[in-house]
Amino acid sequence: MTDRAATSTQIAALIEPFNKKGVEITDASTFAGDLEFDSLTVMDFVAEIEDSFDIIISMNLQAEIETFGQLVDAVVKLQD
Amino acid sequence: MTDLFSKFDPLIEQRRALLSTGLTDPFNLVMERVVSPTVAVCNGRETILLGTYNYMGMTFDPDVIEAGKQALDEFGSGTTGSRVLNGTYAGHRACEEALKEFYAMDHAMVFSTGYQANLGIISTIAGKGDYIILDIDSHASIWDGCKLGDAEVVPFKHNDIEAMEKRLKRVPEGAGKLVILEGVYSMLGDIAPLKEMVRIAKENGAMVLVDEAHSMGFIGPNGRGVAEDQGVLDDVDFVIGTFSKSVGTVGGFCVSNHPKFEIMRLVCRPYVFTASLPPSVVATAATSIRKLMHGSNKRAHLWENSRTLHAGLKAKGFQLGTETPQSAIIAVIMPDLERGAAMWEALLNEGLYVNLARPPATPANMTLLRCSLCAEHSAEQVQIILGMFERAGKAIGII
Repeated sequence: MTDRAATSTQIAALIEPFNKKGVEITDASTFAGDLEFDSLTVMDFVAEIEDSFDIIISMNLQAEIETFGQLVDAVVKLQD
Repeated sequence: MTDLFSKFDPLIEQRRALLSTGLTDPFNLVMERVVSPTVAVCNGRETILLGTYNYMGMTFDPDVIEAGKQALDEFGSGTTGSRVLNGTYAGHRACEEALKEFYAMDHAMVFSTGYQANLGIISTIAGKGDYIILDIDSHASIWDGCKLGDAEVVPFKHNDIEAMEKRLKRVPEGAGKLVILEGVYSMLGDIAPLKEMVRIAKENGAMVLVDEAHSMGFIGPNGRGVAEDQGVLDDVDFVIGTFSKSVGTVGGFCVSNHPKFEIMRLVCRPYVFTASLPPSVVATAATSIRKLMHGSNKRAHLWENSRTLHAGLKAKGFQLGTETPQSAIIAVIMPDLERGAAMWEALLNEGLYVNLARPPATPANMTLLRCSLCAEHSAEQVQIILGMFERAGKAIGII
Protein backbone atom coordinates (compact mmCIF):
# COMPACT_ATOMS: atom_id res chain seq x y z
CA MET A 1 0.00 0.00 0.00
CA THR A 2 2.81 2.41 0.80
CA ASP A 3 4.06 1.91 -2.76
CA ARG A 4 0.67 2.86 -4.10
CA ALA A 5 0.45 5.89 -1.81
CA ALA A 6 3.87 7.12 -2.91
CA THR A 7 3.06 6.62 -6.59
CA SER A 8 -0.28 8.36 -6.09
CA THR A 9 1.43 11.38 -4.51
CA GLN A 10 4.01 11.54 -7.28
CA ILE A 11 1.38 11.37 -10.06
CA ALA A 12 -0.76 13.98 -8.31
CA ALA A 13 2.26 16.31 -8.32
CA LEU A 14 2.80 15.67 -12.05
CA ILE A 15 -0.84 16.52 -12.77
CA GLU A 16 -0.59 19.96 -11.12
CA PRO A 17 0.78 21.88 -14.16
CA PHE A 18 -2.00 20.33 -16.30
CA ASN A 19 -4.73 20.94 -13.71
CA LYS A 20 -5.60 24.42 -14.96
CA LYS A 21 -8.83 24.73 -12.96
CA GLY A 22 -7.34 23.40 -9.72
CA VAL A 23 -9.76 20.48 -9.56
CA GLU A 24 -9.41 18.39 -6.40
CA ILE A 25 -7.91 15.01 -7.31
CA THR A 26 -9.36 11.76 -5.96
CA ASP A 27 -9.09 8.20 -7.22
CA ALA A 28 -12.44 8.72 -8.94
CA SER A 29 -11.42 11.89 -10.83
CA THR A 30 -11.70 11.37 -14.59
CA PHE A 31 -9.20 12.85 -17.03
CA ALA A 32 -11.66 13.62 -19.82
CA GLY A 33 -14.54 14.78 -17.58
CA ASP A 34 -13.25 16.28 -14.31
CA LEU A 35 -9.84 17.44 -15.53
CA GLU A 36 -11.04 18.32 -19.05
CA PHE A 37 -7.90 16.92 -20.71
CA ASP A 38 -8.00 17.18 -24.50
CA SER A 39 -5.96 14.88 -26.75
CA LEU A 40 -2.96 17.22 -26.81
CA THR A 41 -2.89 17.49 -23.01
CA VAL A 42 -3.19 13.72 -22.70
CA MET A 43 -0.19 13.31 -25.01
CA ASP A 44 2.01 15.68 -22.98
CA PHE A 45 0.83 14.29 -19.66
CA VAL A 46 1.41 10.66 -20.67
CA ALA A 47 4.94 11.57 -21.83
CA GLU A 48 5.59 13.16 -18.40
CA ILE A 49 4.42 10.06 -16.56
CA GLU A 50 6.40 7.76 -18.86
CA ASP A 51 9.62 9.72 -18.38
CA SER A 52 9.18 10.13 -14.62
CA PHE A 53 8.62 6.43 -13.98
CA ASP A 54 10.70 5.12 -16.94
CA ILE A 55 7.76 3.07 -18.22
CA ILE A 56 5.69 2.72 -21.39
CA ILE A 57 1.97 3.50 -21.25
CA SER A 58 0.88 2.26 -24.68
CA MET A 59 -2.17 3.65 -26.48
CA ASN A 60 -3.80 0.27 -25.85
CA LEU A 61 -3.40 0.73 -22.08
CA GLN A 62 -4.38 4.44 -22.23
CA ALA A 63 -7.70 3.41 -23.74
CA GLU A 64 -8.50 1.48 -20.54
CA ILE A 65 -7.56 4.30 -18.15
CA GLU A 66 -10.30 6.80 -17.37
CA THR A 67 -9.69 7.80 -13.75
CA PHE A 68 -6.78 8.94 -11.61
CA GLY A 69 -7.07 5.77 -9.51
CA GLN A 70 -6.86 3.55 -12.59
CA LEU A 71 -3.73 5.40 -13.71
CA VAL A 72 -2.07 4.95 -10.30
CA ASP A 73 -2.88 1.22 -10.36
CA ALA A 74 -1.49 0.89 -13.90
CA VAL A 75 1.73 2.71 -13.03
CA VAL A 76 2.22 0.60 -9.86
CA LYS A 77 1.75 -2.55 -11.93
CA LEU A 78 4.13 -1.39 -14.68
CA GLN A 79 6.86 -0.71 -12.11
CA ASP A 80 6.79 -4.28 -10.76
CA MET B 1 -33.84 4.31 -29.91
CA THR B 2 -30.46 5.97 -29.54
CA ASP B 3 -29.54 7.79 -32.74
CA LEU B 4 -26.09 6.49 -33.61
CA PHE B 5 -25.44 9.78 -35.38
CA SER B 6 -25.74 11.92 -32.23
CA LYS B 7 -21.96 11.57 -31.72
CA PHE B 8 -21.50 13.75 -34.82
CA ASP B 9 -23.66 16.59 -33.48
CA PRO B 10 -20.75 18.86 -32.44
CA LEU B 11 -19.25 18.64 -35.94
CA ILE B 12 -22.62 19.16 -37.62
CA GLU B 13 -23.14 22.26 -35.49
CA GLN B 14 -19.64 23.60 -36.21
CA ARG B 15 -20.24 23.24 -39.96
CA ARG B 16 -23.69 24.82 -39.74
CA ALA B 17 -22.32 27.84 -37.87
CA LEU B 18 -19.45 28.26 -40.34
CA LEU B 19 -21.60 27.93 -43.48
CA SER B 20 -24.46 30.07 -42.10
CA THR B 21 -22.22 33.11 -42.66
CA GLY B 22 -22.60 32.48 -46.38
CA LEU B 23 -19.12 30.99 -46.75
CA THR B 24 -18.38 28.53 -49.59
CA ASP B 25 -18.01 25.00 -48.18
CA PRO B 26 -14.25 24.32 -48.32
CA PHE B 27 -14.84 20.56 -48.34
CA ASN B 28 -17.32 20.41 -51.20
CA LEU B 29 -15.51 21.96 -54.16
CA VAL B 30 -16.09 20.52 -57.62
CA MET B 31 -13.46 20.64 -60.37
CA GLU B 32 -15.71 21.14 -63.38
CA ARG B 33 -12.93 20.78 -65.91
CA VAL B 34 -9.22 20.10 -65.52
CA VAL B 35 -7.11 22.01 -68.02
CA SER B 36 -3.62 20.92 -66.94
CA PRO B 37 -1.74 19.75 -63.83
CA THR B 38 -1.85 23.34 -62.56
CA VAL B 39 -5.17 24.75 -63.83
CA ALA B 40 -8.82 23.67 -63.44
CA VAL B 41 -12.23 25.29 -63.80
CA CYS B 42 -14.10 25.67 -60.49
CA ASN B 43 -17.43 27.51 -60.22
CA GLY B 44 -17.07 28.42 -63.88
CA ARG B 45 -13.78 30.14 -63.26
CA GLU B 46 -10.23 29.24 -64.28
CA THR B 47 -8.35 28.44 -61.09
CA ILE B 48 -4.66 27.84 -60.38
CA LEU B 49 -4.24 24.57 -58.49
CA LEU B 50 -1.94 24.84 -55.47
CA GLY B 51 -3.25 21.97 -53.39
CA THR B 52 -3.20 18.76 -55.39
CA TYR B 53 0.07 16.93 -54.43
CA ASN B 54 0.59 16.59 -58.16
CA TYR B 55 4.25 17.39 -57.47
CA MET B 56 5.74 16.28 -60.77
CA GLY B 57 2.77 17.19 -62.96
CA MET B 58 2.53 13.70 -64.49
CA THR B 59 -1.29 13.65 -64.81
CA PHE B 60 -1.25 15.05 -68.36
CA ASP B 61 2.06 13.58 -69.54
CA PRO B 62 1.41 12.36 -73.13
CA ASP B 63 3.28 9.06 -72.65
CA VAL B 64 1.40 8.35 -69.43
CA ILE B 65 -1.97 9.05 -71.04
CA GLU B 66 -1.12 6.96 -74.10
CA ALA B 67 -0.15 4.00 -71.89
CA GLY B 68 -3.47 4.25 -70.07
CA LYS B 69 -5.50 4.36 -73.28
CA GLN B 70 -3.67 1.38 -74.71
CA ALA B 71 -4.25 -0.66 -71.54
CA LEU B 72 -7.95 0.21 -71.59
CA ASP B 73 -8.15 -1.11 -75.16
CA GLU B 74 -6.12 -4.24 -74.56
CA PHE B 75 -7.11 -5.25 -71.02
CA GLY B 76 -10.50 -3.65 -70.40
CA SER B 77 -11.82 -1.31 -67.76
CA GLY B 78 -11.19 -3.34 -64.62
CA THR B 79 -9.91 -6.63 -63.20
CA THR B 80 -12.94 -7.53 -61.05
CA GLY B 81 -10.65 -9.51 -58.80
CA SER B 82 -8.13 -9.75 -56.00
CA ARG B 83 -4.42 -9.67 -56.73
CA VAL B 84 -4.14 -13.26 -55.44
CA LEU B 85 -6.97 -14.60 -57.61
CA ASN B 86 -7.81 -13.23 -61.05
CA GLY B 87 -6.62 -9.65 -60.45
CA THR B 88 -2.94 -9.78 -61.36
CA TYR B 89 -2.46 -8.73 -65.00
CA ALA B 90 0.79 -8.17 -66.86
CA GLY B 91 0.45 -4.47 -66.00
CA HIS B 92 0.50 -5.10 -62.23
CA ARG B 93 3.71 -7.08 -62.58
CA ALA B 94 5.20 -4.41 -64.85
CA CYS B 95 4.32 -1.79 -62.28
CA GLU B 96 6.06 -3.77 -59.52
CA GLU B 97 9.12 -4.22 -61.75
CA ALA B 98 9.24 -0.46 -62.33
CA LEU B 99 9.10 0.14 -58.56
CA LYS B 100 11.87 -2.37 -57.87
CA GLU B 101 14.05 -0.55 -60.38
CA PHE B 102 13.10 2.89 -59.13
CA TYR B 103 14.06 2.05 -55.53
CA ALA B 104 16.76 -0.56 -56.38
CA MET B 105 15.02 -3.00 -54.02
CA ASP B 106 14.29 -6.72 -54.25
CA HIS B 107 10.54 -6.70 -53.66
CA ALA B 108 7.59 -4.47 -54.51
CA MET B 109 3.93 -4.98 -53.70
CA VAL B 110 1.22 -2.80 -55.25
CA PHE B 111 -1.94 -2.03 -53.25
CA SER B 112 -5.15 -0.42 -54.46
CA THR B 113 -4.45 2.79 -52.49
CA GLY B 114 -1.67 4.27 -50.36
CA TYR B 115 -4.02 4.14 -47.39
CA GLN B 116 -4.36 0.38 -47.85
CA ALA B 117 -0.58 -0.04 -48.16
CA ASN B 118 -0.06 1.40 -44.66
CA LEU B 119 -3.14 -0.31 -43.30
CA GLY B 120 -2.06 -3.69 -44.66
CA ILE B 121 1.67 -3.73 -44.02
CA ILE B 122 1.54 -2.26 -40.49
CA SER B 123 -1.36 -4.36 -39.22
CA THR B 124 0.16 -7.54 -40.67
CA ILE B 125 3.80 -7.29 -39.61
CA ALA B 126 3.27 -5.95 -36.06
CA GLY B 127 1.19 -8.48 -34.14
CA LYS B 128 0.26 -9.33 -30.58
CA GLY B 129 3.13 -8.71 -28.15
CA ASP B 130 5.07 -6.57 -30.67
CA TYR B 131 5.63 -2.85 -30.13
CA ILE B 132 5.06 -0.06 -32.64
CA ILE B 133 7.00 3.13 -31.86
CA LEU B 134 5.68 5.97 -34.03
CA ASP B 135 5.69 9.73 -34.45
CA ILE B 136 2.59 11.35 -32.92
CA ASP B 137 1.97 13.35 -36.13
CA SER B 138 1.73 10.22 -38.31
CA HIS B 139 -0.82 10.09 -41.14
CA ALA B 140 -4.30 8.67 -40.48
CA SER B 141 -3.53 5.56 -42.55
CA ILE B 142 -0.62 4.74 -40.20
CA TRP B 143 -2.80 5.17 -37.11
CA ASP B 144 -5.53 3.04 -38.68
CA GLY B 145 -2.94 0.36 -39.51
CA CYS B 146 -1.95 0.34 -35.83
CA LYS B 147 -5.59 0.11 -34.79
CA LEU B 148 -6.29 -2.80 -37.12
CA GLY B 149 -3.37 -4.81 -35.70
CA ASP B 150 -2.82 -6.19 -32.23
CA ALA B 151 0.55 -4.62 -31.36
CA GLU B 152 1.21 -2.27 -28.45
CA VAL B 153 1.20 1.27 -29.87
CA VAL B 154 3.64 3.80 -28.40
CA PRO B 155 3.73 7.33 -29.87
CA PHE B 156 6.50 9.86 -29.31
CA LYS B 157 6.63 13.66 -29.73
CA HIS B 158 6.94 14.80 -33.34
CA ASN B 159 10.50 14.50 -34.74
CA ASP B 160 11.89 14.19 -31.18
CA ILE B 161 14.91 11.86 -31.45
CA GLU B 162 15.42 11.59 -27.69
CA ALA B 163 11.74 10.82 -26.99
CA MET B 164 11.87 8.05 -29.61
CA GLU B 165 15.06 6.55 -28.19
CA LYS B 166 13.76 6.56 -24.60
CA ARG B 167 10.62 4.68 -25.62
CA LEU B 168 12.57 2.16 -27.70
CA LYS B 169 14.80 1.39 -24.73
CA ARG B 170 11.78 0.79 -22.49
CA VAL B 171 10.31 -1.95 -24.71
CA PRO B 172 10.44 -5.28 -22.82
CA GLU B 173 13.36 -7.56 -23.64
CA GLY B 174 12.66 -9.88 -26.55
CA ALA B 175 9.59 -8.09 -27.92
CA GLY B 176 9.43 -7.33 -31.67
CA LYS B 177 9.83 -3.63 -32.49
CA LEU B 178 8.67 -1.60 -35.48
CA VAL B 179 9.57 2.08 -35.76
CA ILE B 180 7.28 4.06 -38.11
CA LEU B 181 8.43 7.39 -39.54
CA GLU B 182 7.53 9.62 -42.47
CA GLY B 183 9.99 11.33 -44.81
CA VAL B 184 7.88 14.46 -45.25
CA TYR B 185 5.05 15.21 -42.81
CA SER B 186 2.23 16.42 -44.97
CA MET B 187 0.60 18.96 -42.68
CA LEU B 188 3.52 21.34 -42.13
CA GLY B 189 5.73 20.06 -44.95
CA ASP B 190 8.64 19.43 -42.58
CA ILE B 191 11.05 16.53 -42.99
CA ALA B 192 12.19 13.97 -40.40
CA PRO B 193 15.76 13.63 -39.06
CA LEU B 194 15.84 10.14 -40.55
CA LYS B 195 19.62 9.80 -40.42
CA GLU B 196 19.68 9.82 -36.61
CA MET B 197 16.31 8.18 -36.10
CA VAL B 198 16.98 5.21 -38.40
CA ARG B 199 20.41 4.69 -36.83
CA ILE B 200 18.95 4.69 -33.30
CA ALA B 201 16.11 2.39 -34.32
CA LYS B 202 18.60 -0.10 -35.76
CA GLU B 203 20.90 0.13 -32.72
CA ASN B 204 17.91 -0.83 -30.60
CA GLY B 205 17.00 -3.83 -32.71
CA ALA B 206 13.90 -2.37 -34.37
CA MET B 207 12.68 -2.80 -37.93
CA VAL B 208 12.00 0.52 -39.66
CA LEU B 209 9.12 1.54 -41.92
CA VAL B 210 9.24 4.94 -43.62
CA ASP B 211 6.29 6.48 -45.45
CA GLU B 212 7.74 8.48 -48.35
CA ALA B 213 4.40 9.46 -49.92
CA HIS B 214 5.28 13.17 -50.11
CA SER B 215 8.91 12.85 -51.25
CA MET B 216 8.88 10.31 -54.08
CA GLY B 217 10.12 11.67 -57.37
CA PHE B 218 11.87 14.82 -56.19
CA ILE B 219 13.71 14.36 -52.86
CA GLY B 220 16.99 12.42 -52.91
CA PRO B 221 19.53 11.99 -55.73
CA ASN B 222 17.25 9.46 -57.50
CA GLY B 223 13.96 10.77 -56.15
CA ARG B 224 13.66 7.84 -53.72
CA GLY B 225 12.83 10.11 -50.82
CA VAL B 226 14.16 11.61 -47.62
CA ALA B 227 15.82 8.36 -46.48
CA GLU B 228 17.85 8.33 -49.69
CA ASP B 229 18.63 12.02 -49.33
CA GLN B 230 19.98 11.48 -45.82
CA GLY B 231 21.91 8.35 -46.84
CA VAL B 232 19.99 5.76 -44.77
CA LEU B 233 17.74 4.07 -47.32
CA ASP B 234 19.75 0.81 -47.02
CA ASP B 235 18.78 0.59 -43.33
CA VAL B 236 15.07 1.11 -43.96
CA ASP B 237 13.23 -2.23 -43.97
CA PHE B 238 10.00 -1.05 -45.61
CA VAL B 239 9.26 2.02 -47.74
CA ILE B 240 5.59 2.86 -48.19
CA GLY B 241 4.54 5.04 -51.08
CA THR B 242 1.63 6.13 -53.22
CA PHE B 243 0.76 6.67 -56.87
CA SER B 244 -1.62 9.51 -56.01
CA LYS B 245 1.03 12.21 -55.64
CA SER B 246 4.14 12.45 -57.84
CA VAL B 247 3.14 9.40 -59.91
CA GLY B 248 -0.13 11.13 -60.79
CA THR B 249 -2.73 8.36 -60.57
CA VAL B 250 -4.01 6.22 -57.68
CA GLY B 251 -2.61 3.23 -55.80
CA GLY B 252 -0.10 2.42 -53.09
CA PHE B 253 2.93 0.24 -52.60
CA CYS B 254 5.53 -1.18 -50.28
CA VAL B 255 9.12 -1.89 -51.38
CA SER B 256 11.50 -3.96 -49.27
CA ASN B 257 14.67 -6.06 -49.29
CA HIS B 258 13.33 -8.43 -46.63
CA PRO B 259 14.09 -11.98 -47.90
CA LYS B 260 10.67 -13.28 -46.81
CA PHE B 261 8.69 -10.29 -48.11
CA GLU B 262 6.70 -12.18 -50.77
CA ILE B 263 4.69 -14.04 -48.07
CA MET B 264 2.92 -10.71 -47.45
CA ARG B 265 0.85 -11.35 -50.58
CA LEU B 266 -0.90 -14.21 -48.80
CA VAL B 267 -1.22 -12.88 -45.25
CA CYS B 268 -1.96 -9.18 -45.75
CA ARG B 269 -5.74 -8.84 -45.68
CA PRO B 270 -6.10 -5.32 -47.18
CA TYR B 271 -4.11 -6.71 -50.14
CA VAL B 272 -6.03 -9.97 -50.50
CA PHE B 273 -9.62 -8.93 -49.83
CA THR B 274 -10.03 -6.10 -52.31
CA ALA B 275 -10.08 -5.75 -56.08
CA SER B 276 -6.80 -4.86 -57.77
CA LEU B 277 -6.19 -1.59 -59.61
CA PRO B 278 -7.67 -1.26 -63.13
CA PRO B 279 -5.26 -2.06 -66.00
CA SER B 280 -5.23 1.55 -67.20
CA VAL B 281 -4.17 2.75 -63.74
CA VAL B 282 -1.21 0.38 -63.40
CA ALA B 283 -0.16 1.17 -66.99
CA THR B 284 -0.13 4.91 -66.30
CA ALA B 285 1.66 4.31 -62.98
CA ALA B 286 4.41 2.15 -64.50
CA THR B 287 5.02 4.64 -67.31
CA SER B 288 5.08 7.57 -64.91
CA ILE B 289 7.47 5.82 -62.46
CA ARG B 290 9.92 5.10 -65.27
CA LYS B 291 9.78 8.71 -66.44
CA LEU B 292 10.35 9.94 -62.88
CA MET B 293 13.70 8.15 -62.88
CA HIS B 294 14.89 10.80 -65.34
CA GLY B 295 13.16 13.85 -63.95
CA SER B 296 16.11 15.86 -62.62
CA ASN B 297 15.31 19.06 -64.56
CA LYS B 298 11.71 19.03 -63.35
CA ARG B 299 12.93 18.37 -59.81
CA ALA B 300 15.20 21.41 -59.92
CA HIS B 301 12.32 23.61 -61.11
CA LEU B 302 10.01 22.28 -58.37
CA TRP B 303 12.56 23.20 -55.71
CA GLU B 304 12.94 26.63 -57.30
CA ASN B 305 9.14 27.08 -57.07
CA SER B 306 9.11 25.94 -53.44
CA ARG B 307 11.90 28.35 -52.45
CA THR B 308 10.29 31.29 -54.29
CA LEU B 309 6.84 30.75 -52.76
CA HIS B 310 8.23 30.21 -49.25
CA ALA B 311 10.41 33.33 -49.36
CA GLY B 312 7.64 35.41 -50.95
CA LEU B 313 4.95 34.45 -48.42
CA LYS B 314 7.37 35.00 -45.54
CA ALA B 315 8.30 38.44 -46.88
CA LYS B 316 4.61 39.38 -47.07
CA GLY B 317 4.23 38.59 -43.38
CA PHE B 318 2.51 35.20 -43.41
CA GLN B 319 3.33 32.71 -40.67
CA LEU B 320 4.60 29.47 -42.22
CA GLY B 321 4.85 25.90 -40.94
CA THR B 322 8.61 25.69 -41.47
CA GLU B 323 11.42 28.26 -41.16
CA THR B 324 12.90 27.12 -44.48
CA PRO B 325 11.34 25.30 -47.45
CA GLN B 326 11.93 21.60 -46.74
CA SER B 327 9.61 19.99 -49.31
CA ALA B 328 7.05 20.93 -51.97
CA ILE B 329 4.48 21.59 -49.23
CA ILE B 330 4.24 25.06 -47.74
CA ALA B 331 1.79 25.43 -44.88
CA VAL B 332 0.42 28.87 -44.10
CA ILE B 333 -0.74 29.03 -40.48
CA MET B 334 -4.14 30.68 -39.92
CA PRO B 335 -5.14 32.30 -36.62
CA ASP B 336 -8.35 30.23 -36.34
CA LEU B 337 -10.82 28.13 -38.37
CA GLU B 338 -13.14 31.09 -39.13
CA ARG B 339 -10.44 33.30 -40.62
CA GLY B 340 -8.80 30.27 -42.24
CA ALA B 341 -12.04 29.43 -44.04
CA ALA B 342 -12.54 33.10 -45.00
CA MET B 343 -9.01 33.28 -46.38
CA TRP B 344 -9.57 30.02 -48.27
CA GLU B 345 -12.68 31.50 -49.88
CA ALA B 346 -10.96 34.79 -50.67
CA LEU B 347 -8.19 32.89 -52.44
CA LEU B 348 -10.74 30.84 -54.38
CA ASN B 349 -12.40 34.06 -55.50
CA GLU B 350 -8.99 35.30 -56.63
CA GLY B 351 -8.72 32.11 -58.71
CA LEU B 352 -6.47 30.00 -56.48
CA TYR B 353 -7.15 26.62 -54.92
CA VAL B 354 -5.28 25.55 -51.77
CA ASN B 355 -6.15 22.91 -49.13
CA LEU B 356 -7.85 24.03 -45.94
CA ALA B 357 -6.60 21.71 -43.19
CA ARG B 358 -8.07 21.74 -39.71
CA PRO B 359 -8.06 19.64 -36.52
CA PRO B 360 -7.98 16.70 -35.96
CA ALA B 361 -5.88 16.22 -39.13
CA THR B 362 -3.50 19.01 -38.11
CA PRO B 363 -0.96 19.06 -35.26
CA ALA B 364 -1.57 21.27 -32.18
CA ASN B 365 -5.15 22.15 -33.25
CA MET B 366 -3.85 24.42 -36.01
CA THR B 367 -5.84 25.63 -39.01
CA LEU B 368 -3.65 25.60 -42.09
CA LEU B 369 -3.81 26.68 -45.70
CA ARG B 370 -1.67 24.01 -47.22
CA CYS B 371 -0.01 24.72 -50.53
CA SER B 372 1.59 21.98 -52.59
CA LEU B 373 3.69 23.03 -55.55
CA CYS B 374 4.02 21.35 -58.90
CA ALA B 375 7.03 21.11 -61.22
CA GLU B 376 4.67 22.39 -63.94
CA HIS B 377 3.90 25.66 -62.13
CA SER B 378 5.67 28.33 -64.16
CA ALA B 379 7.74 31.02 -62.46
CA GLU B 380 5.03 33.49 -63.60
CA GLN B 381 2.29 31.45 -61.95
CA VAL B 382 4.21 31.49 -58.65
CA GLN B 383 4.35 35.32 -58.84
CA ILE B 384 0.61 35.47 -59.63
CA ILE B 385 -0.01 33.20 -56.60
CA LEU B 386 1.98 35.54 -54.35
CA GLY B 387 -0.12 38.49 -55.52
CA MET B 388 -3.33 36.58 -54.79
CA PHE B 389 -2.13 35.73 -51.27
CA GLU B 390 -1.25 39.35 -50.60
CA ARG B 391 -4.65 40.71 -51.69
CA ALA B 392 -6.63 38.00 -49.89
CA GLY B 393 -4.48 38.24 -46.76
CA LYS B 394 -5.04 41.99 -46.53
CA ALA B 395 -8.78 41.68 -47.22
CA ILE B 396 -9.23 39.13 -44.42
CA GLY B 397 -6.84 40.96 -42.09
CA ILE B 398 -4.30 38.20 -41.70
CA ILE B 399 -1.33 40.32 -42.83
